[in-house]
Amino acid sequence: MGAQLRVYRQKIKSAQTTKKITRAMELISASRIAKAQQRVAAATPYSRAVTRAVSAVATFSNIDHPLTTEPARIDRAAVVIFTSDRGLAGAFSSNVLKEAEQLTTLLREQGKDVIYFLVGRKSVSNFSFRRRESAQAWIGGTDLPKVDTAKEISDAVLEAFKKDFADGGVDEIHLIFNRFVSMISQEPETVRLLPLEVVEAEEAPSAGDVFPLYEFEPDAGKVLDALLPVYVESRIYNAMLQSAASEHAARQKAMKSATDNAEKLIKNYTRLSNAARQSEITQQISEIVGGADALASQGDED
Amino acid sequence: MSDKTLHVELVAADQAVWAGAAKMVIAKTVEGEIGLLPGHEPMLAILAAGEVRITLPTGEKLVASAEDGFLSIEHDVLTIFARHAALV
Repeated sequence: MGAQLRVYRQKIKSAQTTKKITRAMELISASRIAKAQQRVAAATPYSRAVTRAVSAVATFSNIDHPLTTEPARIDRAAVVIFTSDRGLAGAFSSNVLKEAEQLTTLLREQGKDVIYFLVGRKSVSNFSFRRRESAQAWIGGTDLPKVDTAKEISDAVLEAFKKDFADGGVDEIHLIFNRFVSMISQEPETVRLLPLEVVEAEEAPSAGDVFPLYEFEPDAGKVLDALLPVYVESRIYNAMLQSAASEHAARQKAMKSATDNAEKLIKNYTRLSNAARQSEITQQISEIVGGADALASQGDED
Repeated sequence: MSDKTLHVELVAADQAVWAGAAKMVIAKTVEGEIGLLPGHEPMLAILAAGEVRITLPTGEKLVASAEDGFLSIEHDVLTIFARHAALV
């Protein structure tokens, strides 16, 4: 076997091995997307109920709460970045990090200081590579988010939010995560979590309407006190679930194209190796024929 | 007694636990136990840890536990949402 042929055979074998791995990853991700989507759907009633309750308090009472009122000056903003723990998911993590970069530039232009909360190993390694500071990081479990992790994150950001600027507190909280649009499309999305920007009112109250008396127990202030952390937590949990579903979808897509590419490589190398084998045979035949001719003509001379 | 019923939704952080019609719901808020019948005024309350007792239109009773949650009622739609909730 010729040297050229051996090289091609080796390349085909290595492409086949890669293809097996990427195909397996593709199938695993495909099976997990459905589950991740179910989890998003299962958590939706809760977040809808929380949002509706927040909007009820906002609509039917006129209390000022530190979490809802916009401070006169915003000097520092917190950005929570949701990436994945593992790679091989196409541009999944880098899209979010790019979005974070843009937001940072925007916030800096407005004269705000930016601090980061990171979720997922990929964002942590990106930050340590660039030697950037982060306030806190959570790694592990991005493909299967837990309510408890969401609570930890929300507690941490709320604590930063309640602190004064001088003590390192923040006045604004942004979330950046991949929103699951469909199996083939995931978009990085930026949401300002606090101060509350838009509360999705169920029925927008018009000025002329007479509202039913809304009762709060114990009172509107205390209800809002208890409700807002829950709202923040449910938004963060929702972001984590969306991000998890997007991660699986992105990985499935990336692995599918990797598998396709491996197939293309195998096909090309097979063609090349066939050509190499054929030319080797042709060469051998012509050598034999040439040798036989030479021998024959030698015999004639004798 | 009127034949109006409450539409009850019991929701936990990671799933919807139960939904259906009910004649009466008794829940424990931080101020004490409260009984809710159809036609109740709109209300939003903080739940105390404890059980929620639901009386179905058929007269059967359903008991659920809810912890760390809220109760909201508006137009005979009662939503109980809690971080941890389950039927007992």
